[in-house]
Amino acid sequence: MTYEAIIGLEVHVQLKTQTKLFCGCRNEFGAEPNSHLCPICLGLPGALPVANEEAVILTILTGLMLGSTIPPRAKFDRKNYFYPDMPKNYQISQYDQPLCLGGGVILPALSFPKDAQKEAQALANKKVRLVRIHLEEDVGKSFHLERCSGIDFNRAGTPLMEIVTEADLTTPEEAFALLTTLREILRYGKVSDVDMEKGQLRCDVNISVRPVGTEAFGTKREIKNLNSISAVRRALKHEIQAQIELVSSGGRVVQQTMRWDDARGETIPMRTKEQAHDYRYFPDPDLLPIQTQGHLRGEAERRLPELPERKKSRLCQTYGLSEYQASVLAADLPLADYFEQAARSTRNPVALANLTLNDYLALRPETPGPASVPPEYLGELADLVSEGQINSRQGREVLAILLQTHRPPREIARERGLTQISDAQALDAFCREAISANPKSVADYKAGKAAAINALKGFVMKKTRGQANPQRIHELLESLLREP
Amino acid sequence: MSLAFATIQELRRRLRAKEVHPRELVEALLDRISSVDPKVKAYNYLHPERALESAQKADISLPLGGVPIAIKDLINVRGEPCTCASRILEGYIAPYDATVIERLRAAGAILLGRTNMDEFAMGSSTENSAWGVTRNPWDLSRVPGGSSGGSAAAVAAHEAIAALGSDTGGSIRQPASFCGCVGLKPTYGRVSRYGLTAFASSLDQIGPLTKTVADAALVLESIAGVDPRDNTCDPTPAPSFSAKLGEEIRGMTLGIPKEYFVSGIDPEVEDATRQAISHLEGLGATLREISLPHTAYSIASYYLVATAEASANLARFDGMRYGRRAKECDDLLETYGRTRDEGFGREVKRRILLGTYALSSGYYDAYYLRAQKVRMRIREDFLAAFRDCQAIVTPTSPTPAFRLGERAEDPLQMYLADIFTIAVNLAGLCAISLPCGFTRSGLPIGLQIIGPMRQEETILQVGYAYEQSTDWHTLRPSLS
Repeated sequence: MTYEAIIGLEVHVQLKTQTKLFCGCRNEFGAEPNSHLCPICLGLPGALPVANEEAVILTILTGLMLGSTIPPRAKFDRKNYFYPDMPKNYQISQYDQPLCLGGGVILPALSFPKDAQKEAQALANKKVRLVRIHLEEDVGKSFHLERCSGIDFNRAGTPLMEIVTEADLTTPEEAFALLTTLREILRYGKVSDVDMEKGQLRCDVNISVRPVGTEAFGTKREIKNLNSISAVRRALKHEIQAQIELVSSGGRVVQQTMRWDDARGETIPMRTKEQAHDYRYFPDPDLLPIQTQGHLRGEAERRLPELPERKKSRLCQTYGLSEYQASVLAADLPLADYFEQAARSTRNPVALANLTLNDYLALRPETPGPASVPPEYLGELADLVSEGQINSRQGREVLAILLQTHRPPREIARERGLTQISDAQALDAFCREAISANPKSVADYKAGKAAAINALKGFVMKKTRGQANPQRIHELLESLLREP
Repeated sequence: MSLAFATIQELRRRLRAKEVHPRELVEALLDRISSVDPKVKAYNYLHPERALESAQKADISLPLGGVPIAIKDLINVRGEPCTCASRILEGYIAPYDATVIERLRAAGAILLGRTNMDEFAMGSSTENSAWGVTRNPWDLSRVPGGSSGGSAAAVAAHEAIAALGSDTGGSIRQPASFCGCVGLKPTYGRVSRYGLTAFASSLDQIGPLTKTVADAALVLESIAGVDPRDNTCDPTPAPSFSAKLGEEIRGMTLGIPKEYFVSGIDPEVEDATRQAISHLEGLGATLREISLPHTAYSIASYYLVATAEASANLARFDGMRYGRRAKECDDLLETYGRTRDEGFGREVKRRILLGTYALSSGYYDAYYLRAQKVRMRIREDFLAAFRDCQAIVTPTSPTPAFRLGERAEDPLQMYLADIFTIAVNLAGLCAISLPCGFTRSGLPIGLQIIGPMRQEETILQVGYAYEQSTDWHTLRPSLS
């Protein structure tokens, strides 16, 4: 019997706000433990929360980017459970009236892992539906030392957005693609930096398996707190295999919460359903319901960016780029912006794209800073190459100098004597010289060895110190050799 | 005569005329406290040096400049203990000022100390305090009411010129009525709750306990108003609450709810209240019988909503970050369990359990949600009633102060002490209690005047008119 997996994700994204969700403390990673604290985020007696408007706007913006419905009214609820890293022993979250409902994400082939991009699954442009998106506060972080434990409450109260998908996913690769796509969209909206190292994206996954062709869902297990996209893929692969082995050997999956040990490559049970919490959600009486329709939604709409898929197709159409070129550019928003600025000053955007993706990406400094080289210089350089004034190798040379000096490429080329000789008369003389100086190669060529022409080309390039236009030489040599 | 017996109004005049220095005033109060507080036990904590120091620097041109005020022990004052009368907060020193404290300081008030209360404001007698009971200054064998019993007793015994209390279901008005002083519960949202240790967030409201209606208006003026730190705070600016004091009440219609004068009410209380109502009629008000049909359900609704919120609000007291932690526990669960078992008193535990139950899956709809729906009905009752009248007059409590220990073992009997005050909190209205007579045995009786939301001026106007034409507020307990 063959089995299929059914997967749903809960994706937690740390929002890019200046301050925490319910107080004015800084929302910052990596500070001295317990240095960003106040009575509110510590849950001291008498402290009251006030919702951070920016976090609400960013959540609505995410909903708009993902095609969610924004209900006119949302509210905050208390989710009650005891844990040492949670100051109030309830988490302010959203239960039955979240900020966003529904929506979906289409998975483009290039968002799949590289080794799976050509699979049928990747090429289907599947849509994964969303259940909801809500906003909640994060908790602190526990550290377990040898003889005691400590808690850093800096993270307590930072804004966390939770995106919940329907159980629409069937493979680890799809989960990977979903997270990759989401990450790109979230960066486009400037909603989050989605920096994995800083824990800005964390994920819980629900998995069950069933025999192919059956309708009923199997019993699901949940893996909590996966903190990278590749860990999600690895954990799912392992868990699906484990469940299939269990079920096909006659066993039964027990509803459980698991933890992923990335080092050991195993899922480990945390708690069973018997210990399931009763969260006793109820509306937080300290916070008024949120009316979304006025200023909040307006502001989110104002910030709606062009989305990655839209940008890709526009880059293809406007500049004649390949889908691959467009995807690589669109995946790096500052680079795409830089390309588009540069494109205004070139007659050949495809050549610019090649220059950008092949050379600029390889040579640019660690922190690009789009202003480092004026984009119009890159455009000008693309023209120099595509119009044959210099060849592509010389183009790289100019670019390297350009990145250092920020001077116009034409000047650089002229100073270095890097002009390509395309002038027919001058080249004609060089080619004739090559033919008379290399009778053996000429004879070989005439005897049918087409490759022999390369030796003649090499002669010309050497004579012109690499400045000849190789395409032109090739054409010229061919016609001269055809002469009787 | 001791300066401690004066009202804010009198003191303002005398302080500004330089007849009295704030330091003398604080000294007079400290003298009074040392002579009567061993009997009354209104205070949990005093800080004479800080009070004298701020008296020295007091700016008497400010609205409450130089006026000593006592604070209920659940409002946070920077650098002082905030125990909420609970062992679980033993050792906790508040690191910040509540908004009302900032405002009292800005108004020039001098903070005297912290008054006793029922633990976490749960109770109607101030017997549920980890630090011992407070006694009624009019009869030391009786309770002062609760939960702001310490604040009411401090004012009634002239151990403070005024005090702040908090009112979740009557916790300012009922002790004011038992102690023969004035207690004002402002409209929900009128005074910021920031820094008030929460009992039930949707019901709690800070308010003044004072000797006179005019003093209540003065204190409210200093503490009310928008606070960006409290999301539920009313965004409309607070008016001048003293503005209508002295205006006639002729032509005003007062509602008398028939449901509030039924069996169970003490005959002396009923008698005094009816006389007070006739007195108001004599001042030119028109009386109109009104109906608040859902009154009977208010206690049930209250004890579900309030305990549900309390169960979450009190979850933070777990011994992890501050306060008391049980010693020598083997694991986390035991630490939580024993800390809370040792730290909380019986009434607090009872209410946490009740609230936890009411919110549990499978019971939410039947209890919490139903209670919220009833609450809406109660609110609608009042809205309808206020179409026919400007204020509603009722007794504050069905009985005068009861004896210490009399109801301590009977929570339901205790809960009935708030039967006339609770609906006001559920509906978010404002109400005031002021003395309207005494029983034959010399216990004060309180009159409650309820106003629509944001109509504090109206109830203060009615209360002031009554007070100015009677002299109940001028009587003092002998404290023998």
